Amino acid sequence: MAAAVRIFLLLLLLLGPGGWGQAEPPRDSLREELVITPLPSGDVAATFQFRTRWDSELQREGVSHYRLFPKALGQLISKYSLRELHLSLTQGFWRTRYWGTPFLQAPSGAELWAWFQETVTDVDESWKELSNVLSGIFCASLNFIDSTNTVTPTASFKPLGLANGTDHSFLRYAVLPREVVCTENLTPWKKLLPCSSKAGLSVLLKADRLFHTSYHSQAVHIRPVCRNARCTSVSWELRQTLSVVFDAFVTGQGKKDWSLFRMFSRTLTEPCPLASESRVYVDITSYGQDNETLEVYPPPLTTYQDVILGTRKTYAVYDLLDAAVVSNSRSLNIQLKWKRPPENGYIHYQPAQDRMQPHLLEMLIQLPANSITKVSIQFERALLKWTEYTPDPNHGFYVSPSVLSALVPSVVAAKPGDWEESPLFNSLFPVSDSSSYFVRLYTEPLLVSLPTPDFSMPYNVVCLTCTVVAVCYGSFYNLLTRTFQIEEPRKGGLVKRLANLIRRARGVPPL
Amino acid sequence: MAAAGAAATDLEVVRGKRAALFFATVVIVLGLPLWWKTTETYRAPLPYSQISGLNSLKLRLMVPVTVVFTQESVPLDDQEKLPFTVVHEREIPLKYKLKIKCRFQKAYRKALDHEEAALSLGNIQEAEAMLAEPSEQAEGSLTVYVISERCSLLPQDMMSYIGSKRMAVVRGIMHREAFNIIGRRIIQVAQAMSLTEDVLAAALADHLPEDKWSSDKRRPLKSSLGYEITFSLLNPDPKSHDVHWDIEGAVRRYVQPFLRALSAAGNFSVDSQILYYAVLGVNPRFDSASSSYYLAAHSLPHVINPVESRLGSSAASLYPVLNFLLYVPELAHSPLYIQDKDGAPVATNAFHSPRWGGIMVYNVDPKAYNGSQLPVRVEVDMMRVMEVFLAQLRLLFGIPQPQLPPKCLFWGPKSEGIMTWELDRLLWARSVENLATATTTLTSLAQLLGKISNIVIKDDVASEVYRAVAAVQKAAEELSSGHLSSAFAASQEAVTSSERAFFDPSLLHLLYFPDDQKFAIYIPLFLPMAVPILLSLFKIFLETRKSWKKPEKTD
Repeated sequence: MAAAVRIFLLLLLLLGPGGWGQAEPPRDSLREELVITPLPSGDVAATFQFRTRWDSELQREGVSHYRLFPKALGQLISKYSLRELHLSLTQGFWRTRYWGTPFLQAPSGAELWAWFQETVTDVDESWKELSNVLSGIFCASLNFIDSTNTVTPTASFKPLGLANGTDHSFLRYAVLPREVVCTENLTPWKKLLPCSSKAGLSVLLKADRLFHTSYHSQAVHIRPVCRNARCTSVSWELRQTLSVVFDAFVTGQGKKDWSLFRMFSRTLTEPCPLASESRVYVDITSYGQDNETLEVYPPPLTTYQDVILGTRKTYAVYDLLDAAVVSNSRSLNIQLKWKRPPENGYIHYQPAQDRMQPHLLEMLIQLPANSITKVSIQFERALLKWTEYTPDPNHGFYVSPSVLSALVPSVVAAKPGDWEESPLFNSLFPVSDSSSYFVRLYTEPLLVSLPTPDFSMPYNVVCLTCTVVAVCYGSFYNLLTRTFQIEEPRKGGLVKRLANLIRRARGVPPL
Repeated sequence: MAAAGAAATDLEVVRGKRAALFFATVVIVLGLPLWWKTTETYRAPLPYSQISGLNSLKLRLMVPVTVVFTQESVPLDDQEKLPFTVVHEREIPLKYKLKIKCRFQKAYRKALDHEEAALSLGNIQEAEAMLAEPSEQAEGSLTVYVISERCSLLPQDMMSYIGSKRMAVVRGIMHREAFNIIGRRIIQVAQAMSLTEDVLAAALADHLPEDKWSSDKRRPLKSSLGYEITFSLLNPDPKSHDVHWDIEGAVRRYVQPFLRALSAAGNFSVDSQILYYAVLGVNPRFDSASSSYYLAAHSLPHVINPVESRLGSSAASLYPVLNFLLYVPELAHSPLYIQDKDGAPVATNAFHSPRWGGIMVYNVDPKAYNGSQLPVRVEVDMMRVMEVFLAQLRLLFGIPQPQLPPKCLFWGPKSEGIMTWELDRLLWARSVENLATATTTLTSLAQLLGKISNIVIKDDVASEVYRAVAAVQKAAEELSSGHLSSAFAASQEAVTSSERAFFDPSLLHLLYFPDDQKFAIYIPLFLPMAVPILLSLFKIFLETRKSWKKPEKTD
């Protein structure tokens, strides 16, 4: 080894000063961003974007070195000669009517589309392998993508990045609407972030909160972009986006004031040291005529105004890299307060967990006089597990009655009497106010008939078929093998003997 | 009238009998084969006897050794006998069903003119360079040059020299028994440079019983068609350390030459990554005496698992991955040292885990913190790092440190970090390992298929099995005739084919087909059909016997 070391040293002396020493500009860069948008319905949308730019030409063979760009995806690009890759995993549906236009919508389930380089000879084979590998990386069932659900669109899904030719035979698109998105998909997605979930905005990505939402969409977009203004060389851009919509009723316990801590159960403490930009935008555009419906705390240092999706919007900007933002209170917990709550009332909804707990919906409503109020709940009929059916499954299943507790204004004001003294039938419910009395009403239980499967169908079919075959065969066999003979008619039938008996009794000679 | 009636009845009886017999014939001639054919599973024929023959395979590894005598190396009358061939054969005792024999075939000849010229040079390295020039030697072969007793090519106290290419130099002797004495020296040198029991035992570690080669023995990486090498820089504290490493240059300078030399053993791909906020799974202990932190030897196994989840699996290939991690400890835990079992710090501050890779802890120079604000820029000294990683790479591949015979001159490897005869040794070991793996796979496949008769054996599975068996036999032949590289290629093909056959998904299609379901379908159909046929056959049989007995009575 001694000789080897000497040779190495010599090489180092020759190459050393040129190889390192001068500070080259970092070849990768990371920008992260969080946009919080209070939605017209009272829900809150949070959109994370992490953008990693990699200034490197990927070649198929040879050594590749990764810094901020994740190795797993980089290997994928070079092995399958990808030009673009777009993968989104979504749970729920973006309700445009209540929530407005989204920045980036995705279909429920999994969506994957990719552009391959012109050098790829067998696009279908590469597509198949690519979906299998991605299914391993993201723990999703993308391996169910095959020729039956893959299409090659010709007009839409143009490349989003740099492209010199758009020959559509190199594009593949597939959607798996049944794909369920869960924590196991989020964990590998988080692992691709340079700061993992240890610093910066990614601290907020806590799985149990992100999946307790009415809309969850996580996506990965890879595309080539220009490295500089004159576009002399190509860089790769990886955008990881995550949009969630927090339901005001489920997570906010009916209140519409928000804070980062209430949404994510975390606060921002430090910026990711690898990021060149790390910002939080809060949409403070006022709704309706009167401004000042929203109040943000801490007060933003800067605001940003622009026309976004066709409307003028105002954002409060918090730059995490600006030392003043975080250092004031050691952690940043952005809070939103509605100055005038949009509507009155209290709604508490606790969703059911299958085989664990039932649904609970509590509403505090002030009813106008002489009005009819209807509360309706939609439900779906589903098949149970086959062992969970009762012995008489066709009878149906009961839904427990609704309860209505009301304080009804009294027509005549009651005398404020001694509660201990009054008759027992009048003192069941404590009454604080003499001008109203308390009533609790129950509705009928609801009998829901659920679909029941035919439990014995397969064996019935087997038995029926076999019986039919056996009966046909049996009579045929008998017909062919039995011997038939003509029987001599016996002496008289039953009628004749009966007649003879009567005749003998009468003394008449028999027939 | 009565007679006519009886005759008609007899006719009817005979017709019924015939119909019953016809039914029975149709069922037996047509129905049974049809049922058999439609419910049969397709099983292509397999070479069962050849597979069981593989278990008692006798491997004979031949090492061709050319022994070249210069003038004055042996007495003149001995020189007259040249050239001739000596065979030295020895069984390698291993508790394994494969019987391995090692056979050194020594071809003695006189030196050619240019060899004489080279060996009369004053410097052994120049001589080696000159001898290596004209022709490339075949893999696995060795050339031993015998020089005269008083030749100044070697220092006076040295008896032999082992080169980095497949050559060695041995001092001759003027003695009546010259060939015997020199022969023994040559075997000594050849065993240092070629096959030994240790190499084979390490290669067969998976197949040998545990007691002899217990688990604390080094287990080299399993043989594979290719390997992926990943260098990862772990920076758990990017707020305090801004670590830079010139991995491109280091790979180009140190790793690529080594892998190029090793390329006969498989395909290699190299990449590197930097992982931030990746921490070790163990909290280091503080040692107040030296005001440093340490990782005790017993806690090292727990270090790897938490890190591994961040390393990321290799998405693009199925080859085994070797991980080399350079860990720059966070500011709160520096400096960090690895202790061995006795509690002394390890000199290299690194450790390796067999079949997985290596970890090296790289402490930041404490002077760097003086006067500069965080984060501190850290330039990694790649030569220090790569020395450790290359040494670990050799260990992981099962290339041991050479064991030299006494009084032997040895310079160590050139800049590639590996000697060609070490590579040969690796190829021997890998070939034998591949053969053992392929044999085991084929045997268990044959056992499985013999035991479970429901499994479908398709033609392509069968052809893979045939190919694997043929490749095993070819590899064994090539080994015994000393063609190492073609033997290695054949053994790789044997492993690939046998595993492809073993893991073919078509073997699993009909594996689960329980009997109760079979009966549930068969009984309602076959019982009502079979009972009338059997009954009428029985009746016919009884009647025939009665009618046979009647004529006997009349006699």
